[in-house]
Amino acid sequence: MADLVSHPDEVKVVSKRFGLGAADIDRYIELDGYKAVRKALGMQPDSLITEVKDSGLRGRGGAGFNTGLKWSFVPKQSTKPKYILCNGDESEPGTCKDRLIFEHDPHAVIEGVMIAGIAVGAHIGYIYIRGEYRYLSEIMQRAIGEAYARGFLGKNIFGSGFDFDVYWHGGAGAYEVGEESALMESLEGKRGIPRIRPPFPAVVGLWGGPTVINNAETLASVPPIILGGAEWYAKLGPPKNGGTRLFCLSGHLNRPGVYELPMGYNLKKMIYDVGGGIPKGRALKAVVPGGSSTPLLTRDEIDVPMDFDSLMKAGSMLGSGGVVVVDDSTCMVKFALRIMSFYRHESCGWCIPCREGTDWLQKTLTRFHAGGGVKKDIDNIQYLSENILGRTFCPLGDAAAMPTISIVKKFRKEFEDHLEGKPCPFEKAGLLERLPVMA
Amino acid sequence: MRFSEPFERRFREMATHYPTKRSLLVPTLLYAQDEVGFLGDEVIAEIAERVELTELEVRNVISYYSMLTTKPRGKYNIQVCTNIACLLTGGEEILDHCRMRLGIQEKQTTPDGRFSLEEVECIGACSWAPAVQVNYDFHENLTPEKMDQVLDQYKKKGGESRL
Repeated sequence: MADLVSHPDEVKVVSKRFGLGAADIDRYIELDGYKAVRKALGMQPDSLITEVKDSGLRGRGGAGFNTGLKWSFVPKQSTKPKYILCNGDESEPGTCKDRLIFEHDPHAVIEGVMIAGIAVGAHIGYIYIRGEYRYLSEIMQRAIGEAYARGFLGKNIFGSGFDFDVYWHGGAGAYEVGEESALMESLEGKRGIPRIRPPFPAVVGLWGGPTVINNAETLASVPPIILGGAEWYAKLGPPKNGGTRLFCLSGHLNRPGVYELPMGYNLKKMIYDVGGGIPKGRALKAVVPGGSSTPLLTRDEIDVPMDFDSLMKAGSMLGSGGVVVVDDSTCMVKFALRIMSFYRHESCGWCIPCREGTDWLQKTLTRFHAGGGVKKDIDNIQYLSENILGRTFCPLGDAAAMPTISIVKKFRKEFEDHLEGKPCPFEKAGLLERLPVMA
Repeated sequence: MRFSEPFERRFREMATHYPTKRSLLVPTLLYAQDEVGFLGDEVIAEIAERVELTELEVRNVISYYSMLTTKPRGKYNIQVCTNIACLLTGGEEILDHCRMRLGIQEKQTTPDGRFSLEEVECIGACSWAPAVQVNYDFHENLTPEKMDQVLDQYKKKGGESRL
């Protein structure tokens, strides 16, 4: 059961309706639902875009691009239809927040999609949900049906003269499809191979038409911004990092869970106050701050505000909000290996540095962890990773490289401890060496 | 070849959602697999015709998506996550436990056709790790003992195997 938790430091904006039955449209309406879109219908599209821009809302999927700014890239005139595409392909390891939005507040996503459509002049929105989230897709389909039945979707929504359709679309298992251009390829019925950019989706997207692609949490944040105002939302977080976000705390923690905290909340406080600290009396060794694609932080680096800019300054990224806590019983070489196995498995195979690089790195790390490593392997692992950076069509290559580089740099000693055939110091006695099975 | 009435109704409805027939492909493949158990030659030929693609083009798409299979599987596919959050909280132990209990390795099926086992990537249950999906159902906050209860639950469900 995906249980809900709470903490006094939470500021509930996107999670305000969690646990209150808001998947049902009447309950949603009782709880201020579909007020924002009615307000948006009476606003100038440019004012809507400005409002969202000024709120400081930045992509909650991982890239952190200013949402209003992205909307402003959609051309006013277009010979091809324009689209809104909700990215609900949540697959970044450590991330389990959009799941809760889909379960507890699906109408907020629908409403966000509609407002985006009004802002950029799109009349069709797709809500793409990963294939594994079948029960959530059923909830969303039901919610969409309810909205149509009330005349909130379809022709002349709310009697406004504006037409808007929203359709659900489902995936079938592919992390790369969460990348915005691969997402479009998948929705078009193809393998999820990314497109080269430019052109960017806002100009050339689905079937060549201008397409706004936003993460589900980003879209669910839009109605509160329209109702509460950009200034209010911006002030919840540091400058240029407005609002709150859902943080998914997991790993070696006493109180794992999804918590909505203001942007800029201190990571150390998050781990110890909100997350309850490390169980079994163990010590913190490392933290994954924003999903497995982000450089890891050591125990000495956790005194940092969790916002996009502060983490970038600290050499990492806010990413998807997946905070994974690692204690000192963990082998960092094995951790690096598991992360690399993931990227190798999920690499779409298009770009040589990623396809070949992740494969070589997984093989090297496997051999290394099993005791077959030599000294120059350590530098090679870093070198190979660095040579993937910036040389691929999409950020998956970077996502494989960045955490790996951070682990080699910050935990070099652990790599050295695996040299000369020494058994992994962390493997429990008697447990057979596990090799990653991902083929 | 026809699928169930709900499938056909959904297929007709979804066809109105996109400017191209091709867009139906991925969700349709998964819904078809849910009904038939796996994507065999007849199903692939049928879907290819409906979305106006060649069978090769359809197979190319199938090979990309990890949930789709062209081989028969157990009635219940036990998908154990071993990615970072589950790795840290005992996902590998759950996987080893399943192998032992079921007597099969990953991507294999028990002789009675009831269970298959698969090691999977992040399923979005990190804060409730370690976690497993059985077909589409989530089972979270697991221990080996709780995993046994989950397996017993599905054993009791019985029903026909697809083999």
